[in-house]
Amino acid sequence: MAKFSRKGKGGMPALSTASLPDIVFMLLFFFMVSTTMREQQLKVKMKLPAATEVAKLEKKSLTSFIFIGTPVREFQTLYGTDARIQLNDSFRTPEDIRDFISAEREKLEEADRGFMTVALKIDEEARMGMVTDVKQELRKASALKISYIARKVESLALAQ
Amino acid sequence: MAGRATPEVNAGSMADIAFLLLIFFLVTTTMNSDAGLQRRLPPWVANEKSAKEQDVNQRNVLMVLVNGRDWLMVNGQRMDVTQLREKVIEFVENPQNNASLSERVVKDIPGLGNVEVSKGVISLQNDRGTSYRMYMEVQNEIVAAYNVLREKASQEKFGKKFDMLSEDEQEAIKKLYPQQISEANPRNAAGVK
Repeated sequence: MAKFSRKGKGGMPALSTASLPDIVFMLLFFFMVSTTMREQQLKVKMKLPAATEVAKLEKKSLTSFIFIGTPVREFQTLYGTDARIQLNDSFRTPEDIRDFISAEREKLEEADRGFMTVALKIDEEARMGMVTDVKQELRKASALKISYIARKVESLALAQ
Repeated sequence: MAGRATPEVNAGSMADIAFLLLIFFLVTTTMNSDAGLQRRLPPWVANEKSAKEQDVNQRNVLMVLVNGRDWLMVNGQRMDVTQLREKVIEFVENPQNNASLSERVVKDIPGLGNVEVSKGVISLQNDRGTSYRMYMEVQNEIVAAYNVLREKASQEKFGKKFDMLSEDEQEAIKKLYPQQISEANPRNAAGVK
């Protein structure tokens, strides 16, 4: 029964890896489509407050971010541990918000300017005094559409 | 030359290149799905009046106060933030037409006809020392209260969930229960900067 005799030496046949690039490319395209470029480096730390009634931000390109939180460790010697405002890539004061808003508005196309949203990412330990100052500046800059960014939770009682 | 077959290109390193690209994108991008409470700020006016000073009937104002220690007071009564939702629903809906809760006016809303709409305004005031967490909890409860009312109305009027309604129907329901939240300038009891 020569049919069943093994030919040559035994051992595993080489596993074809020809389709490996295809698989990896597929993953790559998935990540390219589903993610966005990290735009700015965060210089403040923040833990977002929990909320149940949140709505998703619709258009990312029409959104400008304002961050408020304690500076990260490497900036604490310079800026202390009190809550600070970060606009773009630097620490700013509430008075700078108007310039920031007009600069952001300039970047958008004429037709989209009315839909600009300002997303406020604020640490839950921040005091309302600072938040109110920011809000007043936003009103002065007539950037009236805002969104308080929050963590979505099912129930507030469970989040604490 | 013509007869010679082109040698096969070794594609073994293709996977490495692709992996490299993949890892680059994994590191530099974020999968962020930011969500938040949407609000509309009132336009800037030089000297504003709070809801109290304006000519509004006292029964139509629900005063929500939060102090610098995150204590909540609603219409002169201390309460926990978990009770706020019920209070707001009761105030806006006012099913028994209680004289101490918000009054209603008949309004013509396209798609719904003549309906009674509450004139209730929620006046929110906090201290400069109030924590943002507390502020968000209060905001969240008020929005939740309106969402409960809108959900109920859409079940009553259209027999569907609010999310399932068409855009016009959603607009009509929103007009039936408009979010009337007026935020007064914060107080500064503790002298926080």
